[in-house]
Amino acid sequence: MSAHPPLLSPGYKSTILRAPSEAPLLLAQSMTELTGPVLGEGPVAAADADLTLGQGGEAQGQRIVVHGQVRDADGRPVRNTLLEVWQANAAGRYLHKWDRHDAPLDPHFTGLGRTLTDADGHYRFVTVKPGAYPWGNHPNAWRPAHIHFSVFGQAFTQRLVTQMYFPDDPLFRYDPIYHSVPEFARDRLVAAFDLTATVELWALGFRFDIVLSGASATPMETR
Amino acid sequence: MSTPSQTVGPYLSIGLTWDSGPYVVSPDAPGAVWLRGEIRDGAGEVVQDALVETWQAGPSGEFHTAGFRGFGRCPTDDDGRWAIRTLKPGALSGQAPHIAVTVFARGLLHRVYTRLYFADEPANESDPVLATVPATRRPTLIAARTGDGYRFDITLQGPDETVFFAV
Repeated sequence: MSAHPPLLSPGYKSTILRAPSEAPLLLAQSMTELTGPVLGEGPVAAADADLTLGQGGEAQGQRIVVHGQVRDADGRPVRNTLLEVWQANAAGRYLHKWDRHDAPLDPHFTGLGRTLTDADGHYRFVTVKPGAYPWGNHPNAWRPAHIHFSVFGQAFTQRLVTQMYFPDDPLFRYDPIYHSVPEFARDRLVAAFDLTATVELWALGFRFDIVLSGASATPMETR
Repeated sequence: MSTPSQTVGPYLSIGLTWDSGPYVVSPDAPGAVWLRGEIRDGAGEVVQDALVETWQAGPSGEFHTAGFRGFGRCPTDDDGRWAIRTLKPGALSGQAPHIAVTVFARGLLHRVYTRLYFADEPANESDPVLATVPATRRPTLIAARTGDGYRFDITLQGPDETVFFAV
């Protein structure tokens, strides 16, 4: 049973005109699907893993460390893969021209981070806890606090974009995006508070492990 | 135990836009072509907050060719258009030249996956993937030749809906 949400999830209004109506066709996987980009260190600098030091100052809000391990469906660590994150600031505002939420922007919060997983598939970045923010989907619609994650994996079929949520958010029960995921898999989107990752007098810690799909299908080509 | 997918949301360009994203090869690379297209929803409206990613073999038909990134990424603009500068891939054993295309957007809870084939390739006639696609829908996978490359429009929903694959 798939952990992924159905593309048509009408509670989330934007799916209504964007979800394909036809079922996807089955595809025998070939090298096109079983390989994927190796982006390496080119696009990533060490400072890109800290979202809180923009323009020579410190971002406002509750500083947090987010870390975890990326694995594949067989439990193997996914190493040296690019992880990209983006999020609202502590007040719940994105640094984007379309975000008109009446909450302050923070010049010292960059809103985006990049890092590569290490040889054991681990990643770590420093940010602030994002605020909840209103959106127009339904009356009193507020998104639970979340961080957007993008991960490549080692095959194009493993490509994943998801959202990390925070434990015990009172907005979960009202959020159609969180609820689009089958109930049995929703907890996988929620980070665990992790005291061992907390930095004394400085930041709270959260752990968010990511499991990508398997990449072990038989190639259609002979080589 | 896979981690579920979630939408990229409307502000994906914050995290996913790179200056070099659309350039699989430099603009002046010999033989480079533009792949251009627009994305429309079920009402025929352009999708201004989508992201196209491409993955492909190099001209020799091999993946991970030295000096060839193989990967392209371009968000759609206010007109719902994207453009990627690349080299046409070579034939892959048993398959016509093609490029993997995946689309992310607000309102897509999981990325959708398709393939771009080239209109001027006789090998399309015997491609094993195209053969699985009903003939009436096959044209949605064929990029048309243009002055500076190829055009590949994507329709997420409706009568001209692009064929998407489960991967």
